[in-house]
Amino acid sequence: MAKYLMLKHYRGAPEAVNDVPMDRWTPEEVSAHIQYMNDFAARLEKSGEFVDGQALAPEGAWVRYDGEGRPPVTDGPFAETKDLIAGWMIIDVDSYERAVELAGELSAAPGAGGKPIHEWLELRPFLTAPPTIAE
Amino acid sequence: MPMPMPMPVDEVLLRSIVPGVLGVLVRRGADFAAAEDAVQEALIEAVRVWPDGPPRDPKAWLVTVAWRRFLDATRADAARRRREDVVEEVPAPGPVPGTDDTLQLYFLCAHPSLTPSSAVALTLRAIGGLTTRQIAQAYLVPEATMAQRISRAKRTVSGVPFDRPGDVSTVLRVLYLVFNEGYSGDLDLAAEAIRLTRQLAAAIDHPEVAGLLALMLLHHARRAARTAPDGSLVPLAEQDRALWDTTAIAEGVRILQAALARDRLGEYQAQAAVAALHADATTASETDWVQIVEWYDELAGLTDSPVVRLNRAVALGEADGPRAGLAALAELDGALPRYAAVAAYLHERDGDLERAAQLYAEAARKAPNLAERDHLTRQAARLNSVRGR
Repeated sequence: MAKYLMLKHYRGAPEAVNDVPMDRWTPEEVSAHIQYMNDFAARLEKSGEFVDGQALAPEGAWVRYDGEGRPPVTDGPFAETKDLIAGWMIIDVDSYERAVELAGELSAAPGAGGKPIHEWLELRPFLTAPPTIAE
Repeated sequence: MPMPMPMPVDEVLLRSIVPGVLGVLVRRGADFAAAEDAVQEALIEAVRVWPDGPPRDPKAWLVTVAWRRFLDATRADAARRRREDVVEEVPAPGPVPGTDDTLQLYFLCAHPSLTPSSAVALTLRAIGGLTTRQIAQAYLVPEATMAQRISRAKRTVSGVPFDRPGDVSTVLRVLYLVFNEGYSGDLDLAAEAIRLTRQLAAAIDHPEVAGLLALMLLHHARRAARTAPDGSLVPLAEQDRALWDTTAIAEGVRILQAALARDRLGEYQAQAAVAALHADATTASETDWVQIVEWYDELAGLTDSPVVRLNRAVALGEADGPRAGLAALAELDGALPRYAAVAAYLHERDGDLERAAQLYAEAARKAPNLAERDHLTRQAARLNSVRGR
């Protein structure tokens, strides 16, 4: 089994095919999209491949240490040009091929006009613990 | 002779005895943290053996088993540290003032030295009798994390004297937090908060405790109507009021009226009064918004919370028209949570659909949870598709 992180971006990903902001869809299209996402997660839970999924607020900031006795420095909210993660889903699957297949399904979520968004999702493998049998 | 069927343990009954049992152990001189561990072990034992032979007096049974566990642990501890046993004998059984102990436990678990999340966790475990695993699942954190949070909390309060009265308002804040967490996973935190508040109301006669209990009951009564079958939020005005739980409403209103009659108003009673006015209206259009504004005025006087003034702007928009609501809104800080959502709603009622759609989209971006975000996105989409046609 291998764990993969599927990252969804608010911005910074290559442009989707059906790229219309959500508030320009019809309410029914919004509902259909949400339903698709919920069903997708439920299906992965049933197949034993779902680990976790969370959505992130678009507002955030950079923070760093600024030396002994000083409060951390913050810089934000994020600049408009910054790559912005919208949320993630972690899956635990048998192969890279299966991870790609699932990311493809998620990217097919319906958007404006009820047509798939063809959104680009970032797929990243987890670094695993070293295997017990090494040679 | 037919074999007696094993009876499943009534978990609610079992957990209702927990604070009394814990109180007895602490009164007998047990350190709070050790006593709490012993009670948890006794609970696990009860779930194991009661189905085959329920005790006649469940509380006495739990006290006996928990005390034995406590002594065993203390002795093992003492032996390990080569110290003298301090606790030897079970004191002679005597009447124990149960409600006082319960009350003291509430004060202890909500002690001001605890952070809110620690106070919540400790309350759910020591008074609610929930397991660490259940609490961890409810708050979506690993069990080991929750175990650490609880044991740190126990250490923090272990030196607090058990017989000094605490501050009821800190207890109410903790219970309010538990209730507001709603429900995720198997454990219904809202129902648990109601149970704990009911138990507190039985232990202390205080109008604000009654006010909080009424507030919880009145909100809980609407739960079935608050979400559509697909999980989306249904705003108050659009809820199917036939789904409201009239028994819970009746109880909430009765408790509230008794509390208000004592003429010691507090923020929970005032919030409950608003909820009761909503519950009173058979349809959304029959809502007595004028009275609701008056209650928000009372609340603003009691708390000076900007959130109250935001809610008041909504109520004023209903009572005196959207322009009045917008005027009230203009006096508030635009950075307030849900400000954009309120502004969107008032502008829509005022007929400015373009501005309302923009504000709904902005509110969606700032929404603190997914359910609200989805709801607000749908509102923006609804207005944009009306305008587009």
